[in-house]
Amino acid sequence: MLSRIKVGPAPHIKAAYSTRRIMLDVMIALVPAIAMSVVYFRVRAAVLITVCVLACAATEWLCNRIRRRPDSLHDGSAMLTGLILALSLPPALPVWAAVLGSAFAIAIGKMVFGGLGSNIFNPAMAGRLFLTASFGTLMTTWTVPGTLGPVQTGSDQMAQMPAVAAANTLPNSPELQAVTQATPLAWSKEAIKGKSPVDTANRMIRPALVGQVGGCLGETSALALLVGGVYLLIRRTITFHIPLAVLGSALLCAAIGWLLKPEAYASPLLHLAGGGLLLGAFFIATDPVTAPLSHRGMVLFGVGVGVLTMLIRMVGEYPEGVMFAVFLMNAVTPLIDRLCRVTPFGGVPRG
Amino acid sequence: MNGTSKTSRAILLDGLWHDNPVFRQILGICSTLAVTNQVLNTTVMCVSLTLVTAASCLTVSLLRHWTPRNIRMMVQTLIIASYVIVVDILLKAYWPEMSRNLGPYVGLIITNCIIMGRCEAFAGSNRPLPSLLDGLACGLGYSLVLLVIAVPRELMGMGTILGYPVPYFVDIWDPWVIMVMPPGAFFTLACVIWLARGLQARKEST
Repeated sequence: MLSRIKVGPAPHIKAAYSTRRIMLDVMIALVPAIAMSVVYFRVRAAVLITVCVLACAATEWLCNRIRRRPDSLHDGSAMLTGLILALSLPPALPVWAAVLGSAFAIAIGKMVFGGLGSNIFNPAMAGRLFLTASFGTLMTTWTVPGTLGPVQTGSDQMAQMPAVAAANTLPNSPELQAVTQATPLAWSKEAIKGKSPVDTANRMIRPALVGQVGGCLGETSALALLVGGVYLLIRRTITFHIPLAVLGSALLCAAIGWLLKPEAYASPLLHLAGGGLLLGAFFIATDPVTAPLSHRGMVLFGVGVGVLTMLIRMVGEYPEGVMFAVFLMNAVTPLIDRLCRVTPFGGVPRG
Repeated sequence: MNGTSKTSRAILLDGLWHDNPVFRQILGICSTLAVTNQVLNTTVMCVSLTLVTAASCLTVSLLRHWTPRNIRMMVQTLIIASYVIVVDILLKAYWPEMSRNLGPYVGLIITNCIIMGRCEAFAGSNRPLPSLLDGLACGLGYSLVLLVIAVPRELMGMGTILGYPVPYFVDIWDPWVIMVMPPGAFFTLACVIWLARGLQARKEST
């Protein structure tokens, strides 16, 4: 009888959360974005996503083998890193580059720091940054989604964009495999520089919501990302603090620019729907390892990501800044954690 | 460490491998990171540093009985500085292009911790010939590591070696631009230290 009583330290009732569960939840939340990417970019998307997930898993396994550590594949974090990395890659990226980015993300971005929980930077962003720094042209070649066809390119709103219009006068020959085109954010950047009217960018708000624009695999469809984000919030895998702070501060910055100079700065809605802001706010900045622990810290962190992103988009040289913003804020996360230290319940307040 | 207890062979092996200034003592890292993006620049840097180290060690050792202990660092710095100026002027006179490529890094040889370290740790208390050998060995050990870092960096980053295009790397390989940028130096250096120490540890344990 006594042998059935388990003696052990508290806590005795545990929440259903485990690393594996959290990773799985995020993967489920990414399903709409994955589905949209496959719809728009067809086989390319499927290939890139599969390759990244497999390469990340293989790298993690290999690193553990080399360091003679127990295998850590079962927590699913490597696969999630692969998934997020893949969704942040341009569709035309060659497979070898995807493999290289995945290997860098896991080996240098995570395993050299000591594996999951010890990494300073978001591994997926580390991989993407490596690819961006190494292969600038490959990482900024944006093919237009496969379903675009005559529906969108034929309409007059697209014909006003000189580059696209020129590309689309090409005959429908078998050699023509893909059409490349600037992303909404690239148009917004052109508008800021005064090289093209801001209307061109603003016309892309609706296509960007559905996903019929050029861009990274996972970022084209804003609606799919929103659905995933809401799922994560309902499941309480993430709290609202980071996404709200990122989106709120970014919207505010965009609104300031738009209200002051509507002829140069694109509408805040475009900044929200185009580019990787939603992907970053819900799936990348919320990484529990590299974001602050306290809610106050999360808000600070989120505002930092949002403001930096918009600064890069509106003032900087690059059209997109989510990756850099998340990376920079990851670096100051330990500082934020120190700033926002939580006094334990019943503890003596500092001062 | 006093006297000539070490054989010439031991001095050479220490400088090149067992006590290598870069991957064992982690000295001279600044220039290791700064001038390793092109093999040619690296080679010139290595030759300059080896010459300066050897000459400084020899001079410091020759003067060791006449140098007051309490100002020995200043004397060493003056000696090193003189040789660095000689190298700098020689480069400017006969190879101005390279002098411009290396920019401030020739002058900065004086701040290279390896030279001061060798003068202080070895030349100051050893006879001239072993000191010369020690300076040479450490300079060569430094050069060895720098070239091991520079070759893959230039090859992967630009597809060339010594400026000459390498067949596979110029046409098929997409250059990893990051390798010739500062982060590439950090990654490569870390890998080299890891590899070298891994090899050393294996040897020690058996």
